[in-house]
This record gives sequence, structure tokens and C-alpha cells, in this order.
Amino acid sequence: MIALLSFYLFATVMLASAVCVIFSRNPVHSVLWLILAFFNAAGLMLLVGAEFIAMLLVIVYVGAVAVLFLFVVMMLDIDFAELRSGFSRNLPFGIIIAIILFAEMFFAVRAWQAGPVLSAASAPEATQPNIVALGQVLYSRFLYPFEIAGLILLVAMIGAIVLTHRSRGDVRGQKISKQVDRRPEDAIKLENPTVGEGMKL
Amino acid sequence: MITLYHFLGVAAVLFVLGVLGIFLNRRNVILILMAIELILLAVNINLVAFSAFLGDLVGQVMAMFVLTVAAAEAAIGLAILVIFFRRRGSIAVDDVNRMHG
Repeated sequence: MIALLSFYLFATVMLASAVCVIFSRNPVHSVLWLILAFFNAAGLMLLVGAEFIAMLLVIVYVGAVAVLFLFVVMMLDIDFAELRSGFSRNLPFGIIIAIILFAEMFFAVRAWQAGPVLSAASAPEATQPNIVALGQVLYSRFLYPFEIAGLILLVAMIGAIVLTHRSRGDVRGQKISKQVDRRPEDAIKLENPTVGEGMKL
Repeated sequence: MITLYHFLGVAAVLFVLGVLGIFLNRRNVILILMAIELILLAVNINLVAFSAFLGDLVGQVMAMFVLTVAAAEAAIGLAILVIFFRRRGSIAVDDVNRMHG
């Protein structure tokens, strides 16, 4: 009973905040609603016993992706009111597409429900902790995809840095080769000036 | 009693909301990227729900991979957005036709 109640709570808040993400006038508010949606999705995943994915969702999405969005939204000086100009023009068409898409998915699920493939009506009890089971699968059967996922993240990181990096002409950077090439003979000059004459540099 | 169909319904509604977001905010790339995140979240909910109710962990592994790709996509997309804004001073995507590709 309490599980069903919390399911409806999480689902309602998540869908409501998803609606707010789309319809919010201020993109900063959109990002904040997105964070709320991710938290509630993590709650939904906790309900079926996927603790690790739920925590990963909070860490990756809320901790990294949403903060990245927030940075970009606040860093760029964008006139968002001007960008909303096509909103009401696109609304009827978008609603029609959404209704068609939802009807298709609804009928697909109903057809699947009527078919013979469904096995368990409710979630089976886990014999070992979720993260233990997941680790055993991930590091044996899915080792190569896991490594490739790491590679994708590396490529994305390098790509993002390369894309946004710009070399500015007015910065005096460190030239390591010049520093290493410097010898004491070039850098130091010994003078022995006579008294009262001063010296020329 | 929570069944698989509860999760499928919620994920379907979330997916449709993401698609609707792309249609409504066609000019604002940041909101399009957020709508894509919503769509991927719906996919993840489906994967995790099927994984839990069919007793197969592979779905959760796939959800992790989807999460990885979503993070990489957001990083690259926002980087492209930043350099586009630096060049053009705007992020309106319906006039991204400079290359006429």
C-alpha cells in the first residue's frame, strides 16, 4: 500500500515537473524542474529495487549534467523571450503529434499485455544486493561494453575541451623549451665597474 | 500493488512530454537538449522496470550505458552550443544554415 502510494507520488511529481520543464518561461527554472524530475525518477527506480541505477541517476544527472546545463544557461547572454516566439504556433501541431505517439505506445503496451510473454506480475525478491549482482554482470559479461563506455566518456571530455578551447593572442604563456634552453652564460653577465663611473647596461 | 504497466505508463507519458518539448521549443537548443534528457530518462525507466519485473539484470546494465551516452551527449551538445553562441551571438536554431549542408 505504502509502495503504491509512493509510486503515485513520485510519478505525479515527476510528470508535473517534466511539464514545467517544457512550459517554463525561464530556462533556469526549466533546469531546476529537470533536477526535481531526476530526483523523482530515482525514487521510482528505488521502488523496483534498482538502488545502484537510482544513485547513479542522482550523481550523474543532478550532480553533473544539470549543473552543466545551469552553467551554460547562466553563462550565455541569451534573449529567451525572443526564442519563444514560435511557441504558440507550434502548440497545436505538437499536441497532435504527442497524442498520436501516446496512442501508439498505449496500444503497443496493451497488445504486449495480451500476448503470452509476460512472466512475473510483481518484482521478484532479490537474493543478493543490487550492486553486487550488477557488478558481477558488469565486470564479466559486459566488460567490453563497459570499457567502451569509459572510452566514450573520454572522447566526450576531450571533444568538449577541444571545441570550447580558444587560444587568445594577448596571453603570455609559459614556453618550456625556451626555459630549458637557457644557459648560465647567456643569462648572467659579470661586470667590474670602476669606482664612481657607474655602469652601462 | 505496483505492476509493470504502471511503470510503462509513466515512461510513455514522460517520453511523449519530451517529444512535445522538442516540438514546442524548436528555436531554443538548450530546451531541446533538456527534452532529449527527458526522453532518455523515460527510456531508462522502461529499461529498469523491465529488468526488475522480468528478473534480468541486463536491463540495468543497459540503463547504465544509456546514462553514459546521455552524459556524453549533453557535454558535447553544450560545447557546440557555446562555440555557436560565440560565433553568432544567438542560439536560435532555425537559422543554423550557414554551411548550407
